[in-house]
Amino acid sequence: MSVKAISDYITQPKDTVANFNGMQVVYVYWVKHLMYCSPFAFLVSPDMTLAGFFAEVLRPAIKDHPDSTRVNFMEAQWLLNGQAFSPTPEVALLAQGIDHKSMLTLTTPGLSGINGCAS
Amino acid sequence: MATNKKKLSLKDKYQYLTRDMAWEPSYQSKKDIFPQEDFEGIKITDWDKWEDPFRLTMDAYWKYQAEKEKKLYAIFDAFAQNNGHQNISDARYVNALKLFLTGVSPLEYGAFQGYSRVGRQFSGAGARTACQMQAIDELRHVQTQIHAMSHYNKHFNGLHDFAHMHDRIWFLSVPKSFFDDARSAGPFEFLTAISFSFEYVLTNLLFVPFMSGAAYNGDMATVTFGFSAQSDEARHMTLGLEVIKFMLEQHEDNVPIIQHWIDKWFWRGYRLLSLVSMMMDYMLPNKVMSWKDAWEVYYEQNGGALFKDLERYGIRPPKYQDEANKGKEHISHQLWATFYQYCQATNFHTWIPSEEEMNWLSEQYPDTFDQYYRPRFEHWQALQEKGERFYNNTLPQLCQVCQVPALFTEPDDPTKLSHRSLEHEGERYHFCSDGCCDIFKYEPDKYIQAWLPVHQIYQGNCEGADVETVVTKYYHIDAGRDNFEYLGSPDHKRWQAIKGQKPDESQAAKPKNAA
Repeated sequence: MSVKAISDYITQPKDTVANFNGMQVVYVYWVKHLMYCSPFAFLVSPDMTLAGFFAEVLRPAIKDHPDSTRVNFMEAQWLLNGQAFSPTPEVALLAQGIDHKSMLTLTTPGLSGINGCAS
Repeated sequence: MATNKKKLSLKDKYQYLTRDMAWEPSYQSKKDIFPQEDFEGIKITDWDKWEDPFRLTMDAYWKYQAEKEKKLYAIFDAFAQNNGHQNISDARYVNALKLFLTGVSPLEYGAFQGYSRVGRQFSGAGARTACQMQAIDELRHVQTQIHAMSHYNKHFNGLHDFAHMHDRIWFLSVPKSFFDDARSAGPFEFLTAISFSFEYVLTNLLFVPFMSGAAYNGDMATVTFGFSAQSDEARHMTLGLEVIKFMLEQHEDNVPIIQHWIDKWFWRGYRLLSLVSMMMDYMLPNKVMSWKDAWEVYYEQNGGALFKDLERYGIRPPKYQDEANKGKEHISHQLWATFYQYCQATNFHTWIPSEEEMNWLSEQYPDTFDQYYRPRFEHWQALQEKGERFYNNTLPQLCQVCQVPALFTEPDDPTKLSHRSLEHEGERYHFCSDGCCDIFKYEPDKYIQAWLPVHQIYQGNCEGADVETVVTKYYHIDAGRDNFEYLGSPDHKRWQAIKGQKPDESQAAKPKNAA
């Protein structure tokens, strides 16, 4: 529904990719690891390869979790915006459909957080 | 007119000083004078049906308020002269005040602005006067709160620039955007949002915890403010109920519009109060009651009775009430864990609850704390004891509507985030819950322009690209003094000096692990 207003109500979305100076936002949610309270929000280049993203961005972000050393990103299960997704390491993020404000959901079977409590 | 009488009866006085302040315009149309009254679709057929239960007139109002002010400031003076801050339970308590001053006091000012506007826009004189008085109350509240807490600013950190912080710091966009949403709505939605959903349905969950918290923790300045505001709050609550009943009785077409507003503002208020939940369960050294108990008393029982009353108008309880009832077991723990990991970017400190406090949490939350949350805190505690205090160095995903990090879990599965997303006009948006996603879907144009702090940092609009620069330059947080872990902080050390205790450096804040 449109906004009820006393005059024409014209707005622009504030977070279009054009506002991010050539970069884009990518979110990652690591299932059953709620020690990280919410999905991560990363600012990355759309041209970064997925392998680069894993090594330089995601790996450092999760390093403090005791399960982190046992995570193999290529063997994990992935969703991209809720759909099944097979990562291709040498291809750029955008080229494999990981566009601005996409969310990757990472499931690591066998790893269920601190004391198995999904933390 | 009874001009020959020396003294007017209360009834006459109310009539002359309130209702008779209005007149039928002769050379301007009513619509031009009150241009905001119709566009929301609310139909008012007879403003004279407006009941003012207090029948308060401006002259009496000024008199009462002046008397209260005099007493209040005498107590503030005494509190300062006697170094009242030394008698609080523990300096950790002051962090609740920091949250209140930056998160709640500016809302009082927002309420002042909002009621000033609607106090101009209604064509009914009774409603206008009630809103004008509430506007003045709200202005008085923001001023007295600032004065009540100003003494703490001399002795503790993080209280120095609350108005600036309210406009900029990431978690303060939660209360700020809540009020901006209400103030940018029409006058009837504003009153449903603030007078009814917030002041009437939910205010006891804000006011009682903070004021009782102050009493339980020896903060006489804030307690005194609370007493001074209490009679105002009673008037505000009554206005909230009167507004809703009046609109519902005026026309049956108003019912679905109001139901939608109740659904929306209940959920927005509930999300805002998640900040209070962590304050109650984690920030008060002497606990008043658990968030869960407070929710049961003030919402499930009182709110239940209220919505039973409103049934005869065709109003049902808020749409996502069941989700909120289930959330009472979880949200305080989830919020505290969030602030624990991001307190490098807050104007207050966080800490691991003591053993005794964790046991209290286990007792209060027998079905959830030990199973889902204690292991997380104990893990962090172990790290802290090794000198590796945990901070999350990646910014969080924020909900497009409530602007809280998307940290909440499914109502029936606390191991899974209740994340939602959708595409609107080619852009993807993310939400913390069905409740917030619904609010977006109803009025997407309002929320696509949300000023989300994380995205603003990433767009380069916050004076820096790294957390420390943003925190220092843009937020005006004094890094290393106002933020990080409580143990070993300057506040903690000052408290130990006041109490003649020996500093214990073993679990001190170690900012080396923080960005």
